[in-house]
Amino acid sequence: MSRSATVVGAVKPKLDRPREKGTAVVNWLVRWFPLAILAITWEAAPRLGLVNPASLPPLSVVVAALGRLAMGGDLLANGLKSLFRLVCGLGLAILAGVPLGLTMAWFRPVRAVFGPLVRCLYPMPKSALIPVLLLWLGLGDLSKITLIFLGCLLPVLISTTNGVRGVEPAMIWSARSLGRSRLAALFGVALPAAMPDVLAGIRSALAMSFVLLVSSEYLMSRDGLGYLISFLGDGGAYDGMFAAVLVVSILGFAADRAFNAVSRRALAWRET
Amino acid sequence: MIGRLGRALEATGTVLVLLVVWHFVAASGAFSDFLLPSPEAVAARIIDDALSGDVFASLARTVVTALTGFAAAGLVGAALGIGMARVRLVRWFFDPLVSIGYPMPKIAFLPVFLLWIGPNFASQVTIVAFSAVFPVAVATRAGAEGVERTLLWSARSLGTSAGQLLWQIVLPAVVPQMLTGLQVALPVALITTIVAEMLTGGDGIGGAMLGAMRFADSPGVFAGIIVIAATGFVLIRTMEVIRRRMLRWHAEAAS
Repeated sequence: MSRSATVVGAVKPKLDRPREKGTAVVNWLVRWFPLAILAITWEAAPRLGLVNPASLPPLSVVVAALGRLAMGGDLLANGLKSLFRLVCGLGLAILAGVPLGLTMAWFRPVRAVFGPLVRCLYPMPKSALIPVLLLWLGLGDLSKITLIFLGCLLPVLISTTNGVRGVEPAMIWSARSLGRSRLAALFGVALPAAMPDVLAGIRSALAMSFVLLVSSEYLMSRDGLGYLISFLGDGGAYDGMFAAVLVVSILGFAADRAFNAVSRRALAWRET
Repeated sequence: MIGRLGRALEATGTVLVLLVVWHFVAASGAFSDFLLPSPEAVAARIIDDALSGDVFASLARTVVTALTGFAAAGLVGAALGIGMARVRLVRWFFDPLVSIGYPMPKIAFLPVFLLWIGPNFASQVTIVAFSAVFPVAVATRAGAEGVERTLLWSARSLGTSAGQLLWQIVLPAVVPQMLTGLQVALPVALITTIVAEMLTGGDGIGGAMLGAMRFADSPGVFAGIIVIAATGFVLIRTMEVIRRRMLRWHAEAAS
């Protein structure tokens, strides 16, 4: 324990209270050590012959394959393709879902018309749309973007509606009685107050978008990370396949963490 | 009761309106029969498949896959969540793994399971369980950590054993949150089942839809969508009913 603390202290000599910082680092190491166990097991099990190296290449081999994929440009080209689809699909879902959700929360007739439709379509597993979108829109970007848009729209819309409807009515009344118009109260009071729900909806849509992206690229694509995984797997290049699976997993995790950090910043003005 | 009847009427009305809109859009000729078959053609297709028993065979296969994976995720997730809340070693080991696994797109591991287990029922159930286990574990853990200390202290001071404490205090207190986790996990399980079936072929509805697509049989593809949408609707509504039934005793049901 103390050794790693001094080593870290030597790397960052300018710390005011090296001891406390050292403890923090040790805590961090202890917290994440299970991941190291997992990595060591991954490396050792195939090397020791506990599992067949063909079905689980050692971690170092996978990392080497990752380096080759990155150097060859395959990773970047397919990654950018996937990222483009994800950003378009999710972005459109947010651009459409938040205003629609607001309208549904604010105007009773709109809610009466679209509420049943939303409740009816929400439980449908959106991956069932993959074949029909392929028939309609082909193998390119458009079918994936549409799928992600459709899959993400309802979570964003529903959480926006619920958030706005859950806003303390007294807040709206105060704004109205202070002379704000209905619209000004909506955008100035209700929407900011509903922001935690809106962001939570977008966060679950973000997770959904990765699932739908990868699924549709497995099934109907000539590029993208999902395609790269299935292409490498079909070709028996399992080290590359594991590398691509690792990349997708890390991207999904990192996107969620980044979004979480941004939303915490965005909500920093709130008291809690 | 009126509320429930009203909801049933609302759902029926919505479906009818959608069918009418679909009928007129298809009849307008704006899209070819291949791109948008008429609802009549799709209904005929579903009835044909129902009479020959095909629909029920693939539906049963899909539902069994989804629910087996879902049940496994429920059991493992509940055990993991309670373990993480109550056993320090379990928490230490699984906390980083769960916090990384929770936001990760689990479907990326489907080819890995296919490689390890082969394109069969077992690999489909595995990927479904793997996808659905995280929400259950996280929600159950939150529930188990939120159990009121005074409840635990009183029970313990009255001489309750560790086992009784788990079964009679912790588990009932965890149920509401666990059900929330299960409600998040069920749609995930359905989505994953469909993708797994499409990718592995096989007999389920996902496989049937992909087969229909390959043969450019668009009524078959639409029939699959309808059947899956109806199944998802029924399963998710059933889950809501189960939740209400199970939580009659809980404060939540009073509101």
